[in-house]
Amino acid sequence: MTWETVIGLETHVQLRTRSKMFCGCSTAFGAPPNTQVCPVCLGLPGALPVANGAAIGLAVRGALALGCTVHPRSIFARKNYFYPDLPKGYQISQFDQPLATNGTLSFLSPERGVVNATIVRLHIEEDAGKSIHDRFAKATAVDLNRSGVPLIEIVGGPDLRSPAEARAYLQTLKQLLEYIGISDCDMEKGSLRVDANVSIRRAGETALNTRTEVKNINAFSFVEKALSVERDRQIALVESGGSVTQQTMLYDSKENTVRPQRSKEESHDYRYFPEPDLPPLVLSPEFVAEQQSELPELPAAKRDRFVASYALSREHATVVTSNRAVAEYYEGVVRAGAEPQAAANWVMTEALADAKDHQEQLRVTPDALAKIVALVKGGTLSNQAAKRVFAEVAAKGGDPRTIAESLGVIQVADTNVVAGWVTDVLGAHASEVGRYKNGETKLMSFFVGQVMRASKGKADPKLAQRVLEEKLAS
Amino acid sequence: MRQPASFCGVVGIKPTYGRVSRYGLVAFGSSLDQIGVFGRSVHDAARVLSVISGRDPRDATCEDRDPLRLPTVPESLQGFVVGLPREYFPPELDPAVRRACERAIRLMKEQGAAVREVSLPHTAYAVPTYYVIAPAEASSNLARFDGVRYGPRFNGSADVRALYRSTRGQGFGPEVRRRILVGTYVLSSGYYDAYYRRAQQMRALIAQDFRNVFDRGVDLLFTPTTPTPAFKAGEKLGDPISMYLSDIFTVTANLAGLPAMSIPIGRVKGLPIGGQFIGQAFLEDEMLEAAYALERVVPAEDEAS
Repeated sequence: MTWETVIGLETHVQLRTRSKMFCGCSTAFGAPPNTQVCPVCLGLPGALPVANGAAIGLAVRGALALGCTVHPRSIFARKNYFYPDLPKGYQISQFDQPLATNGTLSFLSPERGVVNATIVRLHIEEDAGKSIHDRFAKATAVDLNRSGVPLIEIVGGPDLRSPAEARAYLQTLKQLLEYIGISDCDMEKGSLRVDANVSIRRAGETALNTRTEVKNINAFSFVEKALSVERDRQIALVESGGSVTQQTMLYDSKENTVRPQRSKEESHDYRYFPEPDLPPLVLSPEFVAEQQSELPELPAAKRDRFVASYALSREHATVVTSNRAVAEYYEGVVRAGAEPQAAANWVMTEALADAKDHQEQLRVTPDALAKIVALVKGGTLSNQAAKRVFAEVAAKGGDPRTIAESLGVIQVADTNVVAGWVTDVLGAHASEVGRYKNGETKLMSFFVGQVMRASKGKADPKLAQRVLEEKLAS
Repeated sequence: MRQPASFCGVVGIKPTYGRVSRYGLVAFGSSLDQIGVFGRSVHDAARVLSVISGRDPRDATCEDRDPLRLPTVPESLQGFVVGLPREYFPPELDPAVRRACERAIRLMKEQGAAVREVSLPHTAYAVPTYYVIAPAEASSNLARFDGVRYGPRFNGSADVRALYRSTRGQGFGPEVRRRILVGTYVLSSGYYDAYYRRAQQMRALIAQDFRNVFDRGVDLLFTPTTPTPAFKAGEKLGDPISMYLSDIFTVTANLAGLPAMSIPIGRVKGLPIGGQFIGQAFLEDEMLEAAYALERVVPAEDEAS
């Protein structure tokens, strides 16, 4: 029996604003508990919310980037439930009239190629505070710094067919949101959170079966694991004659297991109703157009353009556009005169490796990298030497040619000088010369290696080979 | 505002929804609450209103308007068209209240007002509509008094649910508990459409009733403030429905967001009787002019006969 997994993700994303959704408190992460609070986000009786225009702008940008219909009029609603880190007893969210609906996220599935996943809706809401259970014995502490931080919830359709696809979808979504700069999407800091709806069905079925909601997936690397565990649990359950019940499952990353949330922990009826403290959110066409104009070129468009204008392969273009800063860096290198494919090779290898070791800083300027590429192309530097120059420029800065000279790695392209090394090498390896002349031509690379060694790496290897061929032919 | 003003023989004004900031007001029914003013005279109340009204960036439901300007006392009511909604003068209206109103109407006519009978056909639904919407909003607004941060905390630290249960069970009085229960019920998923949604639809019809009347040349309405003079303290505690029905003439202006006020227009067996003006949105000044003119001539301390 083959099973198909059906997954839909609900993603909460913290918007990158300075102040909270409905008050002026700072959203900065990591401040001492309860220091970024005011009457509004503490839920003091008598305090009232006022919507943050900057947050609305970022939410609209997110909706536009996902191809959603942005509604000119949407409604804030109260989601009522009791929890100690929710001081008002309700969360301001949106319910039956959300900001935006009906978008698409295209991503590359490891199994099915390009998939267009539906974005059912995108709405604005405020975050709750944080309950801290492990700080004090026998007591839970509440930190309300996060209370009122602006979020968008992005609800994806049941369009994903495997845990690996869910991961690819989330990766693409994260990349898109980082690109447009509306969130830092850091799962470890909680600025990106994901819940998953999971069900299984027999291959070929089209109806959806009872689903469970998997929560507490709090790191990117857990997405695929948690969903696989839940999928396997459902399959085992059904194959042993049981049936899936609709419930919330909590993922435990230490044990790599899921357990049902106790029903007491679940809130069954949120009693949504329109928030009477806030008028309907009315967006003018001008406001929406302004947000559209603030959007940068999106990753997919950039990738396609790089394929078309720079003749990169789709794979290379994907790597180079994986991150907006890298893509801009790459274009900077090309603009500074580097040949596009060579520039891509350098960016994908040396530049990204160096950035990975240095807090994602691209330490060699685009101009300097373009000069290094040009020095290689012009035969002044061997590839090996160029890597040394790159490392040196990365660490200390400076002009690549000057550094190459001070490192003494400029290739010698003077035929007379190279011929001297060749003569020395051939003289020292008479038996190999004999074997070569008897047809063992693969020894050429041995000779080139010896010339490089004799020149301490400075000989231009192409020139060395040409001179060797001439001398050995005579 | 208006009901206690009527019972106590003073002036009470409820301004248009959005005229006075609600920031700092402990919310009960957020879409209905509006800060009002009690005063010994129309002028006293109007004077305070002119100070507390006006825009407030901290209340998104407060209109971006200048504070109310104090109207001048008019020479007469010449040019005013006063509507008398027939639904507010039912046969079972207390006879003394009716007599006081009729006297007030006669005095307004004498000052030059044109008086016209009008109809607000959805008035009968106002009390049930109000007592769905107000408790719904109250149930949510009062959620924060859960003993975690606000409200006295009653026994129980072992389990947060036990804390909620005992705090909310003991911290609220019976009427507040009743309203929270009703409000929670009408918002719950199986009943939302039948109660809350229908109440909102009815609210829109009630507001439309007023617009229809004002669109046909009526400047403001005059009605009794309450169906009877003050009942004894505690008399209706055992009969909440009867108590809610005493709001029958005042809740419509809350539902429609309109300005309204009560002024004393006579007494019965020593108890004050209030007459109510309901004005058009943000036209408090016209309403106040009419009240000034009536106040000047009505024998508010006399038995209505």
